[in-house]
Amino acid sequence: MHEVGIMESVLEIAESQARASGALRILEIKIRVGRMTGIVPEALEHAFAVLREGTIAAAARLDVEFVPGAFWCVTCAAEFESDDLIGGCPTCHDPSFDMRRGRELDVVSLEVD
Amino acid sequence: MCVECGCGLPGQTRIDGKPADQVSSPLVESGDSHAHDHPHPHGHDHEHPHSHSHAPGPREIAVHQSIFAANDRLAERNRGYFKAVGLLTLNVVSSPGSGKTALLQKTIERLQPSTRVGVIVGDLETDNDARRLRTTGAPVVQISTATLCHLDAEMIARAVGQCDANALDMLFIENVGNLVCPSEFDLGEDLRVVLLSVTEGEDKPLKYPPMFRHAHVVVISKIDLAPHVDFDRAAALTNIRRVNPNARIFEVSAKTGEGMADWCSYLAGRKAPGARA
Repeated sequence: MHEVGIMESVLEIAESQARASGALRILEIKIRVGRMTGIVPEALEHAFAVLREGTIAAAARLDVEFVPGAFWCVTCAAEFESDDLIGGCPTCHDPSFDMRRGRELDVVSLEVD
Repeated sequence: MCVECGCGLPGQTRIDGKPADQVSSPLVESGDSHAHDHPHPHGHDHEHPHSHSHAPGPREIAVHQSIFAANDRLAERNRGYFKAVGLLTLNVVSSPGSGKTALLQKTIERLQPSTRVGVIVGDLETDNDARRLRTTGAPVVQISTATLCHLDAEMIARAVGQCDANALDMLFIENVGNLVCPSEFDLGEDLRVVLLSVTEGEDKPLKYPPMFRHAHVVVISKIDLAPHVDFDRAAALTNIRRVNPNARIFEVSAKTGEGMADWCSYLAGRKAPGARA
């Protein structure tokens, strides 16, 4: 059920930004979602389809850019990608606690008219 | 609404029994709920004619706004306020039944009177925890979240108005018992404290890594029960370290008092500089 709450916030932000710019309709909402948030894409799409009804985004598309988890390995002085919160560096197997990406949950842009 | 579990579809949050939007606080403008949606009807007559026509058709608006921005902004305001009044604030989180209330009760008894302590306690319903905590003599504000599974920065901003923050050195926020959702909500605290009771099993940090990962302090509670539940202390410590190598770890029993002196002297040492010694 994460995704309903997220979509509500997304639509709230999108509608207020669109109205502030004088737009009448939202055609597309672009969001960025980190893989480490545990969000399920299908559930997000479903929540969007339900919640956009009756809003100025009723006919909008949802464009989701997923960001993989990225960690900094101190030993290798390099970044590695992993979607496992407690996974280690693939090169030296040391665990990393320095997450650099993957927790994003942003409304990036809107297409309106 | 909570982005983790989707809870919190309309329900009324109450503070000490009153609707949350009707309590006053230095951190919230007036008492009323104020929708920040100001239409600006500044119609200026333009002397010059527009020489261009607005291109019809779609256009893009850059937004770049985090979904957590609203809560994070309020949390930062809380943090600034707590700092200004010299208040050390702790956000205490755990699963239901890990012993948050018992730990706070005994902790407050030990810290008083040299440290002036207040508590904000969150629960879905009842003020049972608040009543238990009031036996310490400390001021306690109850937030009843109705359907919400966590506290957020705005609830804290409002609840703070119900106690005299200037007369306190330390504020404990006992979050709603839940090891998932509160991890996403910054309240403006100085320290996040997560409890792990020995009865929960030593692998909890691996099952719920976000909560442990973002904690400054991990308190292993109910250690008097450890022999009865075959608690593997070494495995618990290893698991906590795997998820969060930097957290301070305390092992306590609120019941027998074991470990409480260390924990309380740590807290007393973290009091804001300038607070009453």
